[in-house]
Amino acid sequence: MAPSDGAAIEVRGLWKIFGPRAERVLGGPDALLDPVALRDRTGCVAAVRDVGFSVRPGEVFVVMGLSGSGKSTLVRCLTRLIEPTAGEISIAGQDVRAASPAQLRDLRRHRVSMVFQHFGLLPHRRVLDNVAYGLEVQGVPRARRHRRAREILSLVGLEGSDDARPDQLSGGMQQRVGLARALAADPEVLLFDEPFSALDPLIRRDMQAEVVRLHREVGKTMLFITHDLSEALKLGERIAIMRAGSIVQLGTAEELVGAPADDYVADFVRDVPRSEVLSLRWICRPPLREDHLDGPVLAASTVIRDAVPAAMESARPIRVVRDGELIGVVDRLDILGAMAGGPAPAVPGSRRPAAGAGA
Amino acid sequence: MTSPPAALSPARAAPPARRSRRPLPPWLAPLTGAAVAVAAYLLFRGTAPLPHDDDAAQFGAVNDVRDWVDANRNESPVFLFFVNYVRLAVGGLHDALHLVLDGLGWVGLIGVAGALGRLAGGRRTALVAMLGTGSFGVLGLWEASVDTLALVLAAVLLSLLIGLPLGVAAGRSVRLRRLLTPVLDVMQIMPTFAYLAPMVLFFQIGPASAAITTMIYAIPPAIRITALAVEQVSPAAVEASTSLGATRRQTLRKVHLPMARATIALAINQTVMMALSMVVIAALIAAPGLGSDIIRGLSRADVGVMLPAGIAIVVMAVVLDRITMAAATRGPVPPGVSSAWLRLAAPAVILLVAGIAARLLPAEFPREWVLRFAGPVNEAVNWAKFSWYGATEAIRNGVTEALLNPLQTVLTTAPWWLVAAVVLAAGWRAAGARPAAVAVGCLLATALLGLWQHTMETLTTVLAGVVPALAAGLALGIAAARSPRFAAVQRPLLDTAQTMPAFVYLLPALALFGATRFTAIFASVIYAVPPVVRLVEDGIRNVSPVAVEAARSCGSTDRQLLWKVRLPMARRAILLAANQGIVMTLAMVVVGGLVGAGGLGYDVVSGFSQRTDFGMGFAAGVATVLLGIMLDRITQGADGRPSPRKSP
Repeated sequence: MAPSDGAAIEVRGLWKIFGPRAERVLGGPDALLDPVALRDRTGCVAAVRDVGFSVRPGEVFVVMGLSGSGKSTLVRCLTRLIEPTAGEISIAGQDVRAASPAQLRDLRRHRVSMVFQHFGLLPHRRVLDNVAYGLEVQGVPRARRHRRAREILSLVGLEGSDDARPDQLSGGMQQRVGLARALAADPEVLLFDEPFSALDPLIRRDMQAEVVRLHREVGKTMLFITHDLSEALKLGERIAIMRAGSIVQLGTAEELVGAPADDYVADFVRDVPRSEVLSLRWICRPPLREDHLDGPVLAASTVIRDAVPAAMESARPIRVVRDGELIGVVDRLDILGAMAGGPAPAVPGSRRPAAGAGA
Repeated sequence: MTSPPAALSPARAAPPARRSRRPLPPWLAPLTGAAVAVAAYLLFRGTAPLPHDDDAAQFGAVNDVRDWVDANRNESPVFLFFVNYVRLAVGGLHDALHLVLDGLGWVGLIGVAGALGRLAGGRRTALVAMLGTGSFGVLGLWEASVDTLALVLAAVLLSLLIGLPLGVAAGRSVRLRRLLTPVLDVMQIMPTFAYLAPMVLFFQIGPASAAITTMIYAIPPAIRITALAVEQVSPAAVEASTSLGATRRQTLRKVHLPMARATIALAINQTVMMALSMVVIAALIAAPGLGSDIIRGLSRADVGVMLPAGIAIVVMAVVLDRITMAAATRGPVPPGVSSAWLRLAAPAVILLVAGIAARLLPAEFPREWVLRFAGPVNEAVNWAKFSWYGATEAIRNGVTEALLNPLQTVLTTAPWWLVAAVVLAAGWRAAGARPAAVAVGCLLATALLGLWQHTMETLTTVLAGVVPALAAGLALGIAAARSPRFAAVQRPLLDTAQTMPAFVYLLPALALFGATRFTAIFASVIYAVPPVVRLVEDGIRNVSPVAVEAARSCGSTDRQLLWKVRLPMARRAILLAANQGIVMTLAMVVVGGLVGAGGLGYDVVSGFSQRTDFGMGFAAGVATVLLGIMLDRITQGADGRPSPRKSP
């Protein structure tokens, strides 16, 4: 396949069908059936249906969906922990589907690591040896891998727990060990499979902050699977929403909230406080004749809530500019309406974002 | 009572046939079936019997095969290049082990046992191991015990050598597991007597064939529990390992095996225990050791000869159980070099002391330390027999006259097709069409073997044993599940009972009731009750606590909780318990052939003692297997059966 310009992960036309004679289903018309009909007709389950996306280097890309939407299968297909039925996957230019077992192992050892929902720690090893496991299977000598493991443990805030057993740690600390294990081999890509779903809400928030911090510090490409919309919005630069194996919408948090592709997505994002996600360009309007165009100036990418101080200081409409060009104005009423979460801007298509807002 | 369905939904006008069938009470079909069977029996009684003939053509054919093998043992390539080598290799392994154990001397062996006990468990395990090993000498059975130990070790080594790799492979491959499961199923329901004759045919009598027989008996838990252990390793850990680029071998070595270690140790423990109970039976094919004393005692009804050997076997079982269980339950070894040396220090000291003691003490176990009690024991047994004669005689005769004889008469005089039809109907209702067909096939095959009548006799004994065994097991199991205190008292008793080799159960039965059918039934009840109790108790205990809590929150009484929630939800476990109880009763009833139970067991025994009866013994062994499969299929309510002696 032709690797597109420098994408960290590039997926095209990916299918995973579980069940007898999956290839045959894929070739025939049955592949277009809805899940229930497909299972009744063929006994097969299409967990991933014709999924394609590409992740830029250094990006945090979130795949979000409810349980059974196929997101965990999707992430496992990327390194062929589950063998895909069809499609193309390339990670940093390497064709994953064509990789030999040795190449695949090499990919898993050096370039892509994964963090699991249930941690997958080895209870018979102490924390240090758990973190060093990936290096151990690569054949790194003991002293070097232990040194590296200690470094990583202090990076995730677990100094001094070297000799503890995993079951002596709390859930949050166990997942830090899982994170450290994934980071130990210094991979280019980190895959997270619902890593914080099994944790308490408070600890989950800490761990999300930890991921944000790590992303800032080590700058890895991250693909993050979650069923939690607020987690997706908090972490994801771009978010893909999956339903029944397919991606129904892919875009930034703003785009999902501002212009849901269908009722399913709209339903999902209904409770999201718009003023905290959307930027001014979603609510700005062309200036009317009576508007005074000498109010404060704000960038179009300013989140609505952050425009409140400016609106409080001046009674004049805020001028919204992009690249030095005026694209519209926003007055106090517009801001209040958006903050009240009223349905007005939520109806898809009623108020398209100003020109060029699409990805 | 609910109103009739027609009134409920007049719109759904069911076809008349269906509607008339609806109100039938569920007990009507079995009752009608039973009535038909009784009527058929009364009508056709004695019409199509299959009487027993000691010189049936089938037996002659087996004898011919035996003669052919005897004549060609050193010419046929199968024997020359395969069977004989296996015999030599296994025999060599046994001899080597025996040489080592013998060479250690009694002091040395006690020392080694202590060191192993210290290494696996702690001070207490070491003490139990040393006292236990020493008691072999005190019982005056040092030589025989060493013989038995060598045989057990040889069989266990072979079992583990084959069983562990196979188990690990089966744990990782669904296909291999599917392939092995039915084979292991049959191996486990096969009564132990069944494969003695073929072994003799191939490997002649002696330690080699005894070790192989023992191995066949002991290997299923080694494979099964190991496979289970590997299979149950957390898939999350395995996936994590794979995602980090570990090869299959690395994942096996670093994830599967360490995480399955404790359960694999349990597999080894079970293998040892099974081997120990089989070596006694292997004495029938001239295995050396304690078994021969027991067999001799059984055949002469001489409790004084049996008792020391029985005690020695039990002690050996306890010692080996403690050592292997301690290894299984021990936590992970703490890291660090110093603690590893520290762990070895105490065992080393024990060995050193034993080495010094060996120089000071005589090489043979001193005669004056031996405790002899055959005389007093026999006197006590005679006294008990004599003074309780009234009671034991009344029980024995009562059961024999009121239950055994009528039942046996019914089964042996009923036409064969009627018995087959009843088996088919019962199997169909209890387990479905396929198991029922298999059951009937097995039953008819026993007729083809020329052993119909003896099979019916054995079936009588089994049926008579199963009912009290299941009733007692169910009652004790429920009681234990309801009262933790009762369970705490009962559990060590069950543990002890399950570590005891089957033969030991014949001892008290023989002492009380002499050599009769009743003795075998009595022993089989004692033998089958512990696993039934355990399975029932665990089944009830494992009922989802959420469901129990929900029922309790609705205001259920304890009794309602038991009958409406716990028992129905533990149904699978209870069915499995019944299945295990029946299979184990059969195994013991067959062994009971040694003490006058008659039937197939007796045929097997006489097959070994008389050359002309070889064919009949061989066929009887096959027939016991068929009977076992038949009973198993009919009662097969639960799949995925664990090993009968597997302690949870």
